[in-house]
Amino acid sequence: MQILLAAIVVVPLLGAVAALLPAPPGLKGKSPDQAVLRHGVTVTGAVLALSVALAAGFDHDDPARMQATTDISWIPALGIRIHLGVDGVSLPLLVLTALLTFLSALYSYFKMPDGPSPKAFVALILVLESGTLASFAVLDLMLFFLAFEMVLIPMYFLIARWGGDGRERAAWRFILYTLLGSVVMLLGLLLIGIKGGTFDMVALATDNGSGLSHTTQLVAVLAIGVGLAVKAPMWPLHSWLPDAHTAAPTVGSVLLAGVLLKMGTYGFVRILLPITPDGVHTFAPYLAAFAVVGIIYGSLVCLALARSGAGGDLKRLIAYSSVGHMGFVLLGIATLTPTGVNGALFANIAHGLITGLLFFLVGAVKDRYGTSDLDRLSGASGAALYGKAPRLGGLLAFGAVASLGLPGLAGFWGEMLAMFGSFEPAEGLSRPAYLTFMVIAGFGTLLTAAYMLVVVRRVCMGGDGEGGAHAPAPTSLADVQTYEFAAWTPLVALTVLAGLWPAALLGLTDPAVQQLLRGGN
Amino acid sequence: MGSLVQSVDWLAIAPPTVTAVVALVILVADLFLPEERKPLLGGIAIGGLLLAGLSLLPLHDGDRSTFCLSTGTRACSYTADHFTLVIQFLVLGGALLTALLSVSTLTDFKLPSGEYWFLLLSSAAGAALLPASRDLATLVVALEVASLPAFALVGLRRDDRRSSEAALKFFLSSVTATAVMLLGVSFVYAATGTLHLTQVAETLTDVDPRLETLAQAGVALTLVGFAFKTAAVPFHFWVPDTYVGAPLPIAAYLSVIGKAVGFTGLILVTVVAFPSYSDIWGPALAVLAALTMTVGNAAALRQRADRANSAVRLLAWSSVGQAGYLLVPIAAAAYTDDPAHAIGSTVAYALMYAVVNLGAFAVAALVARTSPANRIADYRGLYARRPLAALAMGFFLLCLAGLPPGIIGLFAKVTVFSAAVDAGLGWLAVVMAINVVIALYYYLQWTAVLFRAPDEAEAAEGHQRLRVPTPLATAIALAAVLGIALSGAPQLVLRFASGALL
Repeated sequence: MQILLAAIVVVPLLGAVAALLPAPPGLKGKSPDQAVLRHGVTVTGAVLALSVALAAGFDHDDPARMQATTDISWIPALGIRIHLGVDGVSLPLLVLTALLTFLSALYSYFKMPDGPSPKAFVALILVLESGTLASFAVLDLMLFFLAFEMVLIPMYFLIARWGGDGRERAAWRFILYTLLGSVVMLLGLLLIGIKGGTFDMVALATDNGSGLSHTTQLVAVLAIGVGLAVKAPMWPLHSWLPDAHTAAPTVGSVLLAGVLLKMGTYGFVRILLPITPDGVHTFAPYLAAFAVVGIIYGSLVCLALARSGAGGDLKRLIAYSSVGHMGFVLLGIATLTPTGVNGALFANIAHGLITGLLFFLVGAVKDRYGTSDLDRLSGASGAALYGKAPRLGGLLAFGAVASLGLPGLAGFWGEMLAMFGSFEPAEGLSRPAYLTFMVIAGFGTLLTAAYMLVVVRRVCMGGDGEGGAHAPAPTSLADVQTYEFAAWTPLVALTVLAGLWPAALLGLTDPAVQQLLRGGN
Repeated sequence: MGSLVQSVDWLAIAPPTVTAVVALVILVADLFLPEERKPLLGGIAIGGLLLAGLSLLPLHDGDRSTFCLSTGTRACSYTADHFTLVIQFLVLGGALLTALLSVSTLTDFKLPSGEYWFLLLSSAAGAALLPASRDLATLVVALEVASLPAFALVGLRRDDRRSSEAALKFFLSSVTATAVMLLGVSFVYAATGTLHLTQVAETLTDVDPRLETLAQAGVALTLVGFAFKTAAVPFHFWVPDTYVGAPLPIAAYLSVIGKAVGFTGLILVTVVAFPSYSDIWGPALAVLAALTMTVGNAAALRQRADRANSAVRLLAWSSVGQAGYLLVPIAAAAYTDDPAHAIGSTVAYALMYAVVNLGAFAVAALVARTSPANRIADYRGLYARRPLAALAMGFFLLCLAGLPPGIIGLFAKVTVFSAAVDAGLGWLAVVMAINVVIALYYYLQWTAVLFRAPDEAEAAEGHQRLRVPTPLATAIALAAVLGIALSGAPQLVLRFASGALL
């Protein structure tokens, strides 16, 4: 088990180095490009297999316990240890990351984004995977920071070199925002480490903030919270996200939305809730308020983008919808109740699956039409994807419906539980305020439904295309290809599974969340 | 009654002595070697530095001292404790890397090699003597031995007007600093009646009230002198012009060893000699640190990529910024009961900085061979031309910025941060955080340039691929290997941050 977890973090890194080296004889494939892309699929596939094995070997009867732990001293001078472990909170995120990266690698194998050599592309994806997996697996504050930072450089290059229009600027914005946030976060982490006497998350969580004065906790929560909130992203710190998503290549968007954003919310649950409970308690109502503003704001922007004549970009629209969805996650966390936090974690996974799928689909639409501009796509009467490419249209409709939170699909449970949690927030939090938040969030779901349906109407339905004077598309479109099916089916299946059988996931997270909220005991 | 003649422990003083002796050997050998055998001098210099480095090994217990008074307090003038050894290692290692860089520069620019090697080794000998000095006179002498040859080295490009101007600027500002410092030292001597640092520390606690002002003025002036040497703001203005005017290896040497010398001196006078005045120098250094990093980083940020020499200018300004970080733990030492701990952070940071900054200069020297203007814009597409050099440069820059994969850079900054937070200098930590972000911007921009696709025009014209000279390649490889090893095992240098050094 220990070896499994360590391997999950290290194998992608080794794979990244190997990707830069020339292929050994016997593995040269048809061309160097093909060989390296296949290498990417192999390594991510191996990591996925490892993570599935980890999930299988995980003791599901005791998900609150840290399992598969490794604990080695690394830098005694700073008291930094290589401490790895998984519990019910991090296991689903690990598997999700491994899955999405594998699907992205698979998709790129058949459809490499335009740009320079695939060698660097594969290496960067693998470094990105390693960083993300590490940030979910480490139990040391400094290592968490290291992993948190490790994903920035690969993501920057993925956007800046394989992206679309305006990529340089978007990439800069992405990296500057996140860096600014994470330097502040570093100060907060150091403060906790110095005042708490250790960087070990488990030990700090067991102390449950007893060793930290109230002021220390407030400052630490503020500093760390800002760093995490930029990543999550929380309104009003979200403005890097739409640009980054719009400019990023398809797999970049998938990984950014599906995995990277989760690092922010995961940090809230893993670090802030158990380690600085008093500080979080003070700031929770503000967090909740920002979260619901984000929900409404994201939905309103999406509605505006979806309007005909607004020139809205589909990728941008989904990016803004992420702001709304992550708002629900943050609201769930801000209730400080097991219900809310479980909901948040569930919504995290659901958003990863659904938004990942949506970005894949929109990327596919963009490849076929050469644009993701909603107006140019749909023309006067609608893009009529149902008619031209029925399977693609169907999948897009499925993704949209899942995203708006239809009961029976994954998007429903997380958001419902988050609102449930805010119906009865933790002791000491103002109930009327949270009731208001809940009502506003409920209104947000209505708006979400509205814009998602508008998108479905404009993209999937419509005339036969002849009425649209400037419909740019060829009248017959390639429908979903086999490799696309291969990349998307797991996401669809898991979305349905999580919707029909939420207990599978909640059974994992709940005991761990209960323990974290109690303070690791 | 013992003899007044002090006994000399030759082994303890071997590191600076070997360096100085080799310098003299080179000076003499230069007279007898025919022109075509001059490259041999470089070999002698590198060998000498290696030998001096090896002579640190038998001292690793760190318990030797020599030139002690044979009567009375038995205070020593030369101490080879752990602090000394670490700094000597830094100085000699840095000089070795500089020497490797210099070999190709000497032939490219037709610099007089005998003089060059003699001056470089003399300066290194002074720099190696400095951390061991435990009395004010030795300290000043060592500082001057380290600085005087440096003026000549800066001005060595005889046909270059800028080089002489840079040397003059450097000389004037440095001599002013020395004059101010000497005045300060003499005041301190007048007030305390001793030159030994430990004695000074003891005596300063109960100075005759009538001499109080004199002692304070002495302390202040001495500090000003050292601030000058470390290029702390507002004594930094000579840095960019000097770096640009000097031969590139000398700029690298000044940015690392020049700084190390200043810092060591500052640490010795503040922590060892003037601890009782920590309420004066603590806040002063904190403010100086904040100013230095802010000014340095702001100026580095303003460098335009297409201006001539922008690469060296940026490195020069960023070295001013980095000097600010180095000052933070020294300032923090004034506020804690455990100054040795704080000083360790400076030492750890200086070691990291020495490795990666010399590495960055080495790559800059490599690029300067094909594009003499040395603009940052010339680094565009370096990855396509020289992938390994570009990867190394990217790594060095990210280390300086403190971002993974430059793990050592990150953790060195963390130790500095924690020294500041530990000492209750929260505001300084915040100022530093802002500066780290500013610095990230320009380091990252430079890194991004390395990997950008080369210009169409340039790609068409095709760079003539010069062979990389072996010493230069060795220097880059050495710095890169050290940097990567340190990133994998940061404990190697960070243990100085936790152990007692002084």
